[in-house]
Amino acid sequence: MSTRLARGGRLIDRSKPITISFNGRRMPAFLGDTLASAVLANDQMMVGRSFKYHRPRGIMASGAEEPNALVGLGAGPRFEPNQRMTTTEAFDGAETASQNHWPSLEFDIGAINNKFSRFLPGGFYYKTFMWPRSFWKNVYEPFIRQSAGLGKVPTDRDADRYEQAYAYADVVVVGAGIAGLTAALGAARSGKRVIVLEMTPACGGRAVVDGFAIDGQPAEGWVAAAVDTLRGMDNVTLMTRTMATGLYDHGYLMAAQRIADHTPGDGRPKQRLWRIRTAEVITATGAIERPLSFAGNDIPGVMLAAAVRDYAVNYGISIGDRTVIVTNNDDAYRTALALLDAGLTVPAVIDARPTVTGALPQAVRDRGVRVLEGRGIAKVHGGKRVTGVEVCVQAGEGAMIEELGCDCVAMSGGWSPVVHLWSHCGGKLLWDEARAMFRPDANRPPLGADGRGMVRAVGAANGMLTPDEVLTDAHAAFGDGTAPQTNAPDEARMEPVWIMPQGAGPKLRAKMWLDPQNDVKVSDVQLAAREGYESVEHTKRYTTLGMATDQGKISNINGLAVLSDALHQQIPATGTTTFRPPYTPLTLGTIAAEARGEIFQPLRRTPIHEWHEAHGVEWEPVGLWRRPFCYKRAGETTHAAVNREVRNTRTNLGLLDASTLGKILVKGPDAGKFLDMLYTGVMSTLPVGKCRYGLMCNEQGFLSDDGVVVRLSEDSWLCHTTSGGADRIHGWMEDWLQCEWWDWKVYTANLTEQFAQIAVVGPNARKVLEKLGGMDVSKATLPFMTFAEGQLGGFNARVFRISFSGELSYEIAVPASEGRAFWEKLIEAGQEFGVMPYGTECLHILRAEKGFIMIGDETDGTVIPQDLNMAWAISKKKPDYLGKRGQERSFLASPDRWKLVGLETLDGSVLPEGAYAVAPGVNANGQRNVQGRVTSTYFSPTLNRGIAMGLVKHGPDRMGEVLDFPGDGGKVHQARIVDQVFYDKEGAKNDA
Amino acid sequence: MLILECPCCGVKAEETELAPGGEAHLKRYGPGSSDEDFDNYMFARANPKGVHFERWRHAYGCGKWFLAARCTATLEVFGTYPAQTTEPPAELQAYIKSRRPEWEGYK
Amino acid sequence: MPNAVSALNGKAFSGFAQITEAGLQGMITLRGDLASPVIAEAVRAATGTPVPGPRQVVSAGGKSALWMSPDELLLLVPYADAAGIAAQLTPALSGEHALAVNVSDARAMFRIQGAKAAQVLQKLAPVDFDTLGADEVRRSRLAQVAAAMWKSGPDEFTVIGFRSVAGYIMGLLENAALPGSEIA
Repeated sequence: MSTRLARGGRLIDRSKPITISFNGRRMPAFLGDTLASAVLANDQMMVGRSFKYHRPRGIMASGAEEPNALVGLGAGPRFEPNQRMTTTEAFDGAETASQNHWPSLEFDIGAINNKFSRFLPGGFYYKTFMWPRSFWKNVYEPFIRQSAGLGKVPTDRDADRYEQAYAYADVVVVGAGIAGLTAALGAARSGKRVIVLEMTPACGGRAVVDGFAIDGQPAEGWVAAAVDTLRGMDNVTLMTRTMATGLYDHGYLMAAQRIADHTPGDGRPKQRLWRIRTAEVITATGAIERPLSFAGNDIPGVMLAAAVRDYAVNYGISIGDRTVIVTNNDDAYRTALALLDAGLTVPAVIDARPTVTGALPQAVRDRGVRVLEGRGIAKVHGGKRVTGVEVCVQAGEGAMIEELGCDCVAMSGGWSPVVHLWSHCGGKLLWDEARAMFRPDANRPPLGADGRGMVRAVGAANGMLTPDEVLTDAHAAFGDGTAPQTNAPDEARMEPVWIMPQGAGPKLRAKMWLDPQNDVKVSDVQLAAREGYESVEHTKRYTTLGMATDQGKISNINGLAVLSDALHQQIPATGTTTFRPPYTPLTLGTIAAEARGEIFQPLRRTPIHEWHEAHGVEWEPVGLWRRPFCYKRAGETTHAAVNREVRNTRTNLGLLDASTLGKILVKGPDAGKFLDMLYTGVMSTLPVGKCRYGLMCNEQGFLSDDGVVVRLSEDSWLCHTTSGGADRIHGWMEDWLQCEWWDWKVYTANLTEQFAQIAVVGPNARKVLEKLGGMDVSKATLPFMTFAEGQLGGFNARVFRISFSGELSYEIAVPASEGRAFWEKLIEAGQEFGVMPYGTECLHILRAEKGFIMIGDETDGTVIPQDLNMAWAISKKKPDYLGKRGQERSFLASPDRWKLVGLETLDGSVLPEGAYAVAPGVNANGQRNVQGRVTSTYFSPTLNRGIAMGLVKHGPDRMGEVLDFPGDGGKVHQARIVDQVFYDKEGAKNDA
Repeated sequence: MLILECPCCGVKAEETELAPGGEAHLKRYGPGSSDEDFDNYMFARANPKGVHFERWRHAYGCGKWFLAARCTATLEVFGTYPAQTTEPPAELQAYIKSRRPEWEGYK
Repeated sequence: MPNAVSALNGKAFSGFAQITEAGLQGMITLRGDLASPVIAEAVRAATGTPVPGPRQVVSAGGKSALWMSPDELLLLVPYADAAGIAAQLTPALSGEHALAVNVSDARAMFRIQGAKAAQVLQKLAPVDFDTLGADEVRRSRLAQVAAAMWKSGPDEFTVIGFRSVAGYIMGLLENAALPGSEIA
């Protein structure tokens, strides 16, 4: 059984006991434990079940490479699925639950898949779930979803908060092991701005576990001194608990910092995502130990050798009383020594190398432990826990030589440098035959903005595995003088072992796990190769090798070695799959960060926003603005409110908050010439004091925006745009001025938010303004399409006599800071005239009753002004304007284009939005031919019937014709083509 | 994520502060131009793997448009320069040539 | 004028830094040839300062001139004077191709105060505040909206954004300044 030893555990604080729970079982632990060490201290070896066969799964590793130990952590609003136990710090009260089992971890029905495993080989998804088609929806998918048990989605809103922050550096060192610390010291001493990122709470990496001396002092003391030095330097920021998740173009590095993961609810943000820009990245990310592929290597109790050592040294944990070590390298002997030091038994070290020399094996031999040379494990005994191993000749086929009883197997197949960050942004790898590993090719690094390498790998991440190699390599990155020296012994060469034993038959190979989370075995990869999957990327997807949440950190190299062997090619010819960020999963909270709730996205408010809110507003989003759709009174429906607003505006007085309309000042000697290019009409001839409606098109000729242009003075114009168009049109103007006509003397300023603008509309509009007093707004002094500036009721105001409703109407601009006060003044003064505020729906109905177009309704990016019968707004005399050449294209000049007309249903009903008018016959695809579509459709309270506008082929020439508009449920709406102006065709009301 | 130095204000802006504007140095064809010229102006865009000239606007900064020369394959930035020019500056072209001897040159 | 209210009417928040909407602030956009002596004279008349260099803010007697782009300045003057100063600028610049316009009401201004004020902005803007000059204006974004910011005192930053998103900016600043979220 696995237990806590009486002594040892450099990371735990035995004076601070805590309690966690696993599947409801309370377990004592210590501060400093990970969830993994905490459960191992309590003999909880099995922590989950595998994805496909639901085989028992135990903890295999001690770090981010752990494939099996994923749990749901916490409850309710703090529940998080898929927390990796080996990297999650334990805290008092932590509730954890295993995943991927039903009904319980100990007894799991899905494990029956294990019995049928010969029916679930590599590619089984593609083979099994293909037919019959109807089974996919009703049988296969529900089955897969039920079985695909990697965690449950949280159901509550996350109680925690997350944030992001930006940081800048000359050098970011990733990893604070002895390589990272050495490089960081060198960079810092050369005066560079340095950030050091360490994913675990403590620095030191493997060296502090392996226990050699650096420059004469124990590694632990050397590390502590280095950390102290770095922390004391102003130009260095050292962040622990911070995982560099990905490297992107131009030195953009993302790092997730765990702040309150282990102290939930303490008021701090749970995590912070750092967005770092750096000139250079040093990856000192170490290496990951590889498992060995022998039959039963997935049984709980089979672990990576270094992990067994970590648990003993860092957490004072014995995984088992009797640990068999199986290896192809010297490093695993350190585990034997650590276990012996802890008073545990090592029955034997099984070494696949034919002859084993070297200092570390000798030290083990000296302690009386048998070293079995040229041997391997044929098979592991045990179900939910290892009970023993069969020893065989590595060169043979697996015949048992002897059986060793044990409750832990510590395996080491060599080490793979962590090359993820190096590779994320294009760094290339080379195959190091001697070390049997892919490591960074320093000649082909990821490139930065200047085209030069922006990443250097040092230490184990660069393939340097012995302590002295590591330090020499890391020191060379920045240092001068001599590198730190260690007393670590030399290590003999490892020998690659991809299958154990080498001649294992099909039966053994079908129990050799490559990827324990996704249940991919040696036999699956070999099958894929036989079936023609030669590309490693294809094999990955066919077998799901390396596609689990650990992304194949321990399985990929073994997998592609097996694939290479099956394809009879060298490993470099097979290559690796692509390394993509993030290195370990990022929680979505860090990506959203502050963008939730009220500040999910910017909300643009007019100065009158709060008044609307206090008066029954129903909002309509217009871009990022909120505009009143209508104002509902107690008990009123939306429809009734809109109708009331329309009727009141037509008969009394309506107020519209039009502050969102774009207002762009265009000034300069060439401003008139510029506006003549921008608009289809002529603006240069507009007299000072006058207003003119204008259309803007893009270069293709399609309508882009419209609005009233005002000539403010000899050299300045004010261009009104649509609410959604202000920033876009201002940008459009600047684009042409900066990039095409840069010699034209024109300046623009976007004044949209400087003014609150209020439309005062209806038969009583003039009366209320006269009551406010201060300006002459009479028909004679301020005729239609003119403007005046002055004082209105004590407010500095610019009054435009314009109308988008057909009513007598003024639009009044006052400084935004006074907008609310002016609005309230109008409401108060308007009481005797029947004033009511109205919203955008009323605005739309008023304009539709008058046949005025709306950008975005009548236009959709494929409509030219000519389609809307607006040739009157296009100058025929101007040699050029933006869009003119585009409109000359043959298909836009065609007489067959759909043109704007009014549509009136025969029964007075409202046409469905976007409905199409059908024509006889079918098109080449067998669909009904069409001859028009509805662009705007409303119930007109003024006319008490449905009105619509639409684009119809040859429409203006077909007045009186009735068209069919099929709607939902087989209903066909019939509508007559009529004039688009439904109300007050003579314009008498506006002329009042 | 790119960083481009705005030649108008000197800020080394990251991509989130910029708005892309497509290919640089297009010549506008207006009324009277042939269908082919207009079609090329409107729709034909270079999409090289390698040296490319682009328009960018320092949208969250000084608001100015500028032009950038970069490698679409490696994202190496050869330089940025003001938008008020019809072709890349000679020194920039020479620098690109030094970095990419195989580059055919600006046409 | 007596009716004038700034976007958030002086709203304040106390976190690990102090956040305040700064109330009404006169602002004038001035566009023109910044090398022109006429512009220089007009700026001196308006703010008492010289024309700032690129990305620079210069202040005198409570007024400031901020460099916004190669052909644009933002002049900070008392709110009550802004309309008048803007009106005087136009004749002062006659004969010069220039634009001067009052934009006081189109903006909102915020102050962030405290020893860790920079951390509030560090969470929201892709800006290296360590290397930001003492008199440097940085135009960038705060999360999703445009803003201009500068170090206006030893432990103080000033931020200018658009009026319509003042509530959003305040929300961002408050959230970033929440107690417990200090960066180290």
